[in-house]
Amino acid sequence: MAGKLNKKFLSDNSIWLVFIGMCVIVTVASGGIFLSWNNIKSVLMSESVIGILTMGVMWAILSKGIDLSPGAVVALTSVISASMVQKADYADKLFPNMPDMPIIVGIVVAIIAGTLIGVLNGWLIAYTKIPAFIATLGTQLIAKALANMYTSAYPVPTLKDSFKFLGQGTIAGVMPVVVVICIIFVIVSGFMLTQTRFGKHVYAIGGNDQAARVAGINVEKNLIMVYTWCAFCASVGGILLAARSGSGNASYGLNYELDAIAAATVGGTSHSGGVCRISGVIAGILIMGVLKNGMLLLGMNAYLQQAFKGAIIIIAVVLDMRKNVKKV
Amino acid sequence: MSEYILEMLDIVKEFPGVRALKGVQLKIRPGTVHALMGENGAGKSTIMKCLMGVYHRTSGTIIYDGKEVDFPGPLQAMEAGIAMIHQELSPVPERSVKENVWLGREPRKGLVVDHKKMREDTIELFKKIGLNVDPDEKMGNLTISQMQMVEICKAVSYDPKILILDEPTSSLTETEVEHLFEIIRNLKKTGCAMIYISHKMAEIFQICDEMTTFRDGEYVGHDFAKDTNVDKLIARMVGREVKNMFPKVECPIGEVVFKAEGLSSGRMVKNVSFDLRKGEILGFAGLVGAGRTETMETIFGMRHLDSGKIFKDGVEINIKCPADAIKNRIGFLTEDRRGNGIVPVRNIKDNTVLANLPAYGTPLNHKKISEDTDKYVKLLNTKTPSTDQLIMNLSGGNQQKVLVGRWLLTNPDILIVDEPTRGIDVGAKSEIHSLITKLAGEGKSIIMISSELPEVKGMADRMVVMYEGEVTAILDRKDFDDELILKHAHGE
Repeated sequence: MAGKLNKKFLSDNSIWLVFIGMCVIVTVASGGIFLSWNNIKSVLMSESVIGILTMGVMWAILSKGIDLSPGAVVALTSVISASMVQKADYADKLFPNMPDMPIIVGIVVAIIAGTLIGVLNGWLIAYTKIPAFIATLGTQLIAKALANMYTSAYPVPTLKDSFKFLGQGTIAGVMPVVVVICIIFVIVSGFMLTQTRFGKHVYAIGGNDQAARVAGINVEKNLIMVYTWCAFCASVGGILLAARSGSGNASYGLNYELDAIAAATVGGTSHSGGVCRISGVIAGILIMGVLKNGMLLLGMNAYLQQAFKGAIIIIAVVLDMRKNVKKV
Repeated sequence: MSEYILEMLDIVKEFPGVRALKGVQLKIRPGTVHALMGENGAGKSTIMKCLMGVYHRTSGTIIYDGKEVDFPGPLQAMEAGIAMIHQELSPVPERSVKENVWLGREPRKGLVVDHKKMREDTIELFKKIGLNVDPDEKMGNLTISQMQMVEICKAVSYDPKILILDEPTSSLTETEVEHLFEIIRNLKKTGCAMIYISHKMAEIFQICDEMTTFRDGEYVGHDFAKDTNVDKLIARMVGREVKNMFPKVECPIGEVVFKAEGLSSGRMVKNVSFDLRKGEILGFAGLVGAGRTETMETIFGMRHLDSGKIFKDGVEINIKCPADAIKNRIGFLTEDRRGNGIVPVRNIKDNTVLANLPAYGTPLNHKKISEDTDKYVKLLNTKTPSTDQLIMNLSGGNQQKVLVGRWLLTNPDILIVDEPTRGIDVGAKSEIHSLITKLAGEGKSIIMISSELPEVKGMADRMVVMYEGEVTAILDRKDFDDELILKHAHGE
């Protein structure tokens, strides 16, 4: 019995073995640079925004859907928040006549705008029944266009220091604020997944939406909540990205949704719906981060890096599907 | 030349950790219909898969047509003249009937498909079988039973020496079953042997000449149909005697708790009225497509109620979605276990508590979830290594028990069960029957739909008979009579 349990534990968490294995390889190959706090910090910081997006996208995948709009939502919320938190004495403000407001206003407005995209996604998917791929592809283009129109495609720089603190500051001088926010999102998402009715509902909807409906679950309402949450995550991601780089830009967030989908997928979230574990997704995010960092440290050709990333995603899904096939 | 077309001797099949077949035998004579009997998990499908080359046996001999064979895969088995009709159909709904029949081996003229020849061949084939379907019709427009017939034609077109039929009648009406049996009798005359797998005893005695029985992967016996009977055969399958398949217990029936008045929904439910009393089992009989399931779906909020009223405990209730029905303490064990019952990729716990989640608060009380699940696994005698097991790894009967547990957990006053024993084995079947009777005894009201007439007759206190969306009769138990019921079921 104990042996069986161990075997199950190992097979459920094999992804962490992969992660540890990668860390060992990268550490040895980089002569230990990988393990320096500075490097670890930079990996965590650069993966935090993707990590927050992944905490949203995994829900869409879990519900047997997909969300292609987060990257564009990042662009939109980065420019909206930035436009409202530019320094008061900056001469080239996007809106020269905008009165000086506390940064929280910019943050809230950006979150509302970004999250509305998610409400639209959810509504389209739940009520018009068009495939999530199409609905979110459409809103991706719309959100991107809104961001470009809003700024005429110019960057929105010179942001207030209090705002930039969110992206560049550290707590107690060591822990970057973005990383802390990412961890909060992981905890909240994990809590919703395992401890709330909403989580169980989405598991059931992804696994068999008809069965969920017969069991009294309001499928439409839950789908709207999924895509709203997903866009909320992306909105926060966009704000943090603006804070970290010190400017908003409609070109931000390009392909971020794909990185988030990749992390969730490598982390064992099944595109057939109904299967997702928070620990797996965390490992997925870290694996993609270490992979990127490792290839960088080893000075690998940038194009080759992309190819590598692609191969890893395919291998992860093939292995995952084989695991499921055996069970049937 | 041996008297057998097929001999499977001492077949052993081992999976990691499991001996699914422990040296079984099966001998088939040409021109006979041979029933393969056994409960779910007895090894019936496994041996068929070994024959077709889907699985490869661990040891044993297969002699087919006088030669020892070992088919690498189903394609080779089919080429050698062994065809199988699966329980689950796999049509291509967007293509025509003729294209479905000749899929993968379309007649060709040079490089292009010869549609004319394909059409003629199909017509000829259908004529031979006696099937009246337009070869140019889109497959998706056929009824399930027509699709089944097309599937049989497809198998026959291979000119098989052995035809395997796995639960071929599960979606057929009585007339269609009769039609199928005619086809089987015709095929018999041509010397084709058939292996017939079914849980329906009446059918087996109607059509089969011989039967071989397995239990838990072992061979337990061979009989000629003329020398045995239903009770003996069931005893053989389960290893004990199942005394009473329908343990009807007369229990006191109370006041009317539920009333449907003039329900209409689309074309399938027309002006349906009936009432239901406390502690009563109300059977619903009728042909497939009579609108019984659709009526229940309307009551449960899965279909739009065009007109009519629903009363519970004398008060009119408004049900717009299943959640409303559950709030009014109505439960619905649907007929389509895979379609809208189980969530295959989740475990038994998740599947058990799915309709009862509000009872566990936020954060979810996982301890109570486990306790409740354990309680129903024990109560219903569900066979599973653990409640963390994914439900898709359980047998059909055990999946059904989990779903029964799901609805019992919501503590309904009214439980609607639609084909509760379809496709599950004899043992589990009688357990579910006893349970339904017990629930009625506890004062719950049960609506039971079943296409097996003996089941409804055996269990119900009253019976509603439907035909083409309308109620044609409501009969009291004393008036249950096959002929009368069938007459009403045919709208006469």
